[in-house]
Amino acid sequence: MAGIPHDHYEPTTGGAKWLYRRLPIVGLLYDTLMLPTPKNLNWMWIWGIVLTFCLVMQIITGIVLAMHYTPHIDRAFRSVEYIMRDVNGGYMLRYLHANGASLFFVAVYLHIFRGLYYGSYKAPREVTWIIGMLIYLAMMATAFMGYVLPWGQMSFWGATVITGLFGAIPGIGPTIQEWLLGGPAVDNATLNRFFSLHYLLPFVIAGLVGVHIWAFHTTGNNNPTGVEVRRGSKEEAEKDTLPFWPYFVIKDLFALAVILLVFFAVVGFMPNYLGHPDNYLEANPLSTPAHIVPEWYFLPFYAILRAFTADVWAVQLVQVLSFGIIDAKFFGVLAMFGSIAVMAMVPWLDTSSVRSGKYRPMFKWWFALLCIDFVVLTWVGAMPTTGIYPYISLIAATYWFGYFLIILPLLGVLEKPAPQPATIEEDFNSHYANPAE
Amino acid sequence: MFRKIAISAVSAVLLMPVAAWAEGAEPHVDDIAFSFEGPFGSFDEHQLQRGLQVYTEVCSACHGLKFVPIRSIGDAGGPQIPEDQVRAYAKTFTIADADTGEDRDGVPTDFFPKSSMETAPDLSLMAKARAAFHGPYGSGINQLLYGIGGPEHIYSILNGYKEPPACAPEDTEGYYNVAFEKGGVPDACKDEEGHSTVVGSWIAMPPPLDDGTIEYQDGTEASLHQMSEDVSAFLMWTAEPKMMARKETGFKAVLILLVLSSLLYLTNKRLWSGVKGRKKLA
Repeated sequence: MAGIPHDHYEPTTGGAKWLYRRLPIVGLLYDTLMLPTPKNLNWMWIWGIVLTFCLVMQIITGIVLAMHYTPHIDRAFRSVEYIMRDVNGGYMLRYLHANGASLFFVAVYLHIFRGLYYGSYKAPREVTWIIGMLIYLAMMATAFMGYVLPWGQMSFWGATVITGLFGAIPGIGPTIQEWLLGGPAVDNATLNRFFSLHYLLPFVIAGLVGVHIWAFHTTGNNNPTGVEVRRGSKEEAEKDTLPFWPYFVIKDLFALAVILLVFFAVVGFMPNYLGHPDNYLEANPLSTPAHIVPEWYFLPFYAILRAFTADVWAVQLVQVLSFGIIDAKFFGVLAMFGSIAVMAMVPWLDTSSVRSGKYRPMFKWWFALLCIDFVVLTWVGAMPTTGIYPYISLIAATYWFGYFLIILPLLGVLEKPAPQPATIEEDFNSHYANPAE
Repeated sequence: MFRKIAISAVSAVLLMPVAAWAEGAEPHVDDIAFSFEGPFGSFDEHQLQRGLQVYTEVCSACHGLKFVPIRSIGDAGGPQIPEDQVRAYAKTFTIADADTGEDRDGVPTDFFPKSSMETAPDLSLMAKARAAFHGPYGSGINQLLYGIGGPEHIYSILNGYKEPPACAPEDTEGYYNVAFEKGGVPDACKDEEGHSTVVGSWIAMPPPLDDGTIEYQDGTEASLHQMSEDVSAFLMWTAEPKMMARKETGFKAVLILLVLSSLLYLTNKRLWSGVKGRKKLA
């Protein structure tokens, strides 16, 4: 393996040697835990452990919730109330699971934006990035189907709207939609398959997470300078790195404890703050809510979906050029999936030879604008489609695509990067008076 | 060109406030200081008992509580009605037995009946199914300060019946209520674009409470204000019966994590001190 040179596990006792010859599992665990990690990692490198914790917590609370939940349209809503009222600690399990989804997405967005700023997606870490994007897509599918299970008004109408997106695909759309729903409309068949898939997908995510970790353990972590760890010899590498255990395990656990402090305060004192009140009304196919709003973590992409209406000249142009195949609705769907696709393609769209945004004077500003853009999209996604809101959505959605498709490719050519430190050790020692030397 | 888009994006956000408020007036909501608000707030069992009385004598004529087991009115953290009284209370309901199909007296393990009137919504979860506070500009920040406002919404509806505005024709169906958002508004009270020009809307429910509608068993004066506050608190309990237990768990978790994060902070500091040494000044 072309990893960073470091000491490997050597079995010493007779028993350990016996096992090692048959299954080197202890060696695998040792190499994973003792991975040489750049010693200059900052606090934005803690989200991985938060995400791992979220996945484990969601799976454990979810398995227990599934023991008490009934996936049937006549009983789902009541069974959730039964969990809230009569299952021992059921109210806590459900609130942990519901708010756990929010924590999961807070962490994943910070994790993704950290990668976007420090250039963690660049060679040789493209595969890590792509696997990460697949995890994110699987998370969105899981969260969406999970939100349908309580069978409240937003569950039902959210499912109707989102599966309707697939119905917008020309020609085969309605067939795909019916296949997804298991019938002409959201009904018992839909609820059953969503429950089944909501239980299955987290284990797919767990598998992908394993590959994600494997990939970046092969290339080594990125770090705030973007400068690679020296790998000429073990001595050289040790000047740039520290073993993951105990240095980063303890640091990450401290960060996790602080984040969980806030998380448990939310669960204990305001567990419904991030939810929608309408989901405490049982699903009613005959009564459409005034505003159908997805959960907050889907809002940026929901805003992009709604931004491209038939009034936009670009949409009209595409409609004419495609002989009417791509109408405004399908354009919106393409834009929504496209907005994630351009993010996934960023390793090949960013032409700059410098990895970290720290040494890119122009990039910094465009990236800051992208962060603001993301917040604006989140907010405008929850607003009605009247008045000034459609214009804000349109501008914000345009910037999202502009950043990835035009700004990033151009910046690599136009920008004059600032000087970077030669080594991670140099960067680290410029901040700390290292007593070891 | 993209700089231009960026500039217009930023200015659009800055100009937002003016535009957002141009659409219709917000319904009127009173912020009540309920005893159960905030991390340390708890239900007042006497208030819940009064609220149960208001529900039983007034609301239950049309509205149900189908998700609430009758036995739970005896639970800790709720109205805490003594067991013999819970049995007596359950007996006042006539229940169609699930096994025999015949009518019988209610027992504590039965649920409250569902709404007897088709159009009257079930009240079990009403205090969580409505939000009184949204702003500013739909950001939901007010909910951080005042709570989501479900019980405030119920209180405001009960106190929101006002003389209809002059624009409404005499024969407008329903009752004008300044806190009710989801009802109809006569065309005469809309502008050219179809937006309502009045606060609130028309509700089908006639004013259910007035001063002295009931006589409280504990002798509290049954003013409209008092009864609406009591029944709103009671409906918060029916929606979230485990609120006390939840806050207690939250409190314990926060305390434990406070200790744990302090210990981990010190461990981390000590662990890294050998590597980092003193921090260099700038």
